[in-house]
Amino acid sequence: MRGLVYSQARWDEPPIIELSEEGKIGFHQLQTTELKDSLASVPAGIRRSSPPRLPEVSEIEVVRHYTRLSQENFGVDLGIYPLGSCTMKYNPKVCDAVASSHKIQEIHPYQNPRTVQGILQILYETSTYLAKIVGMDKVTLQPAAGAHGEYTGVMLMRAYHRDKGESKRDEVIVPDSAHGTNPASAAMAGYKVVEVPSNAEGCVDKDALKNAVGPNTAGLMITNPNTLGIFEREIVDIAEIVHDAGGLLYYDGANLNAIMGKAKPGDMGFDIVHINLHKTFATPHGGGGPGAGPVGVTRHLSDYLPVPTVEYDGTKYYLEYNRPKSIGKIRAFHGSSAVVLRAYTYILLHGKEGLKTASEVAVLNANYMAQKLCKIKGFSLPFGEGVPRKHEFVLSAATLTKETGVTALQVGKRLLDFGVHPPTVYFPLIVEEAMMTEPTETVSKQELDSMINAFEKISQEAYAGSDLPKTSPHSTSVTRIDEAKANRPKTMQLTWKMAIKGS
Amino acid sequence: MRRMLNDIGLSSIDELFKDIPASIQSKAAMDIPATMSEMETRRHVEGLLEKNISTREMLSFLGAGIWPHYVPAAVDAIISRGEFLTSYTPYQPEISQGMLQAMFEYQSLICELTGMDYSNSSMYDWSTALGEAARMTARVTGRDEFIVPHFIHPERLSTLRTFCEPVGIKLIEVEQDTHTGAMNLTDLRKKISHNTAGVYLEYPSFLGFVEENCDEIAKSVHKEGGVFVVGSEPISLGVLKPPGEFGADVVVGEGQPLGSHMNYGGPLLGIFACKGDALLRQMPGRIIGKTTTQDGQQDAYCMALQTREQHIRREKATSNICTNEALLAVAASTYLSLLGPKGITELCSTILDRTKYATKRLRELPGIEAPKFSAFHFMEFTVNFDKAGRKVADINERLLDAGIQGGLDLSGYFPELGQTALYCFTEVHSHKDIDMLADKLRQVMEG
Repeated sequence: MRGLVYSQARWDEPPIIELSEEGKIGFHQLQTTELKDSLASVPAGIRRSSPPRLPEVSEIEVVRHYTRLSQENFGVDLGIYPLGSCTMKYNPKVCDAVASSHKIQEIHPYQNPRTVQGILQILYETSTYLAKIVGMDKVTLQPAAGAHGEYTGVMLMRAYHRDKGESKRDEVIVPDSAHGTNPASAAMAGYKVVEVPSNAEGCVDKDALKNAVGPNTAGLMITNPNTLGIFEREIVDIAEIVHDAGGLLYYDGANLNAIMGKAKPGDMGFDIVHINLHKTFATPHGGGGPGAGPVGVTRHLSDYLPVPTVEYDGTKYYLEYNRPKSIGKIRAFHGSSAVVLRAYTYILLHGKEGLKTASEVAVLNANYMAQKLCKIKGFSLPFGEGVPRKHEFVLSAATLTKETGVTALQVGKRLLDFGVHPPTVYFPLIVEEAMMTEPTETVSKQELDSMINAFEKISQEAYAGSDLPKTSPHSTSVTRIDEAKANRPKTMQLTWKMAIKGS
Repeated sequence: MRRMLNDIGLSSIDELFKDIPASIQSKAAMDIPATMSEMETRRHVEGLLEKNISTREMLSFLGAGIWPHYVPAAVDAIISRGEFLTSYTPYQPEISQGMLQAMFEYQSLICELTGMDYSNSSMYDWSTALGEAARMTARVTGRDEFIVPHFIHPERLSTLRTFCEPVGIKLIEVEQDTHTGAMNLTDLRKKISHNTAGVYLEYPSFLGFVEENCDEIAKSVHKEGGVFVVGSEPISLGVLKPPGEFGADVVVGEGQPLGSHMNYGGPLLGIFACKGDALLRQMPGRIIGKTTTQDGQQDAYCMALQTREQHIRREKATSNICTNEALLAVAASTYLSLLGPKGITELCSTILDRTKYATKRLRELPGIEAPKFSAFHFMEFTVNFDKAGRKVADINERLLDAGIQGGLDLSGYFPELGQTALYCFTEVHSHKDIDMLADKLRQVMEG
């Protein structure tokens, strides 16, 4: 079966400092001028006594070292990556190609606007397109990540209430199925976090919400579809409950890939929306970042957006700093332009029809996979029986664990042997032995089938009492890792200096 | 598609969306352009980019938080590898060893440069790292005042305010000498108290001068039990005494100069490092640790101290950060490994040479004071036009007409400095480039 054989490189590559040999260098800056004197010009009191202990290696050694490390890393370019809520879709190469031009790379953010009209137009149009896609009135592109967008959004909420003389509103409500960043972002902005439970369908419990809202409510943070992949059907009522209490509705855009062209957060009643460009708009996630988390708002919140905004006066594009009600800066400069440029390219490449199709196929793939997987022995699809999922679904391995002792984590580790990146495990917290799975639209039926086969095989192994799931992975660069050792104060090694001391 | 639908007992895609109430289903298509082919898209996007004038096409002397450097080709080659580029956060360590090890190396390299014990694996940028640092000092000390220098980068200050205000941290400004830029120690001692959570110093400063009384500042902070936070441009630490050697407890900074392009403002790379276990436990962001496999046979890497983070602790986390700037950290590791101790020393020497040469050439021009501060400067310095009675904005417009992007106009930020611009000189500027600047400036001043 295709995709069931996998063998990751095993280089046993030491930390690069261990490759160091005195006198070697990988890159020379030096031109011809005599430079000795310039070092002596540093006042003795602030001069470094000896150069930093960086590795001394040649260029080819550096290239080999990091190329080998790359081979010990799994990415979308290598195989299926159905990490729930992360939308690990294919990142079209043309988006990287346009971003490798010196016309973006070698541009300084403080250049005179007349020398950067091209990128300003791209920023302006991207924010316009994103606003249309989510149904908001104005978008800032500045936040560096989803969580940064959340912080920005909650700060906007705060500025709005203060401006209305309602600074006593000090609570933000989040469902118990929310992404961890939601409560963390609200807390960072000084809010008390109030959790509301999910009902039997896995959606927000309206009665619980009614009890939770009040004169202290600043807003509700929610994703729709939620982390179970279920569309919150009562979202209009939910919005009304929150708005009637004087609160605002915040949309966590991590799950936007489910609804492009099908429904807009703006039409559902949301006031603030963040969008993850590194998810829905396919900018490569780089092993943890960069990303970008633009934030869109409705008209009554646009005055509070961070400075600067990108504007167009009919003849030229410019940065506007004069916004007296703005929350100020949320980062230095104007945003991760190279990430935005990739998303802009992605949007144009797909267009209105292509983005809608992307969402449709993402949802079809998720439902196909969910239906197949929940029929495999040991797995189930809790909550929302008979309700179609959207872009993702949460499988439970609870039965498998109970009957065979094989846990969701172990299923995940065993999947690695087949060259399949596991789903997000143990999230959301409301599902036992959760496996949150998001195949995305860029996975073919063949790939879905081979992934389904892998689950089937693991179930058979578990019920046959095979050791394999419990001892996996076997095909990766390393076998199961001792994570406890990495956290014990006596054995913790967070730098190579500590590693040398420890050994 | 049809087959998949049939397989799960459906006849159309619409059935999968029937649970979305009709009232909120989009009826019209989204109001954005129609699909284009890859070739059309590329032509369009590159056509727009063509309108930009890059610093490869015109001389630019802008720095001020993002600096022009040559990025070795090997760095871009490494970070373009799909295995790094298209991976997510390494939640499954066994299949993500490459990224984890590169992060571990990054943390180690940052500690070597800064003289700190621990580094996280990246923040968004310097300004947000500073915001998080201030909040960390407040958590660790239980105090609510954070002292900042007068000549701080204004955008960094504004970001810091956005991070501090909601949790009630008060920002207090400490004076810096208008002639030397040195922190006013008397004023500092007056402002430090048992309410001081932390004191922040930029080293080198936003305006390029370098504080020399760091030991004294550290002593004053520590005497009152505060945390000493230092913000640095990392390349300067190739030649400057690392903050860890003069008593810094936390170092933040901008890692863009370590192998990343300017990219019109981002992505950037926030450096965040600290000393001591108490701070480590309160550090924001992801930290990678070295360990072994469970059978003890192989070295291996994984995320460490995750109980500080949002995906475990939710509202009790040290920060909400999740997505960071991992790929830029890989660029930084590659860059620093390529340079090594010798290369970074050469680079710093070159930058110092350019700084010195530019100072000499600009000083020769009548009516120009360069730098405005009498202190040791690294890479950047202030150029004042008051004696010539000229405005920076006007000079910059005319320079641009002559194909040169002048330094950042500071007159709006620090009016007390008069008509002053901040100029930046790195290895990308040859003596000839600097001569060209001097010549054009002379013409502009005479014209």
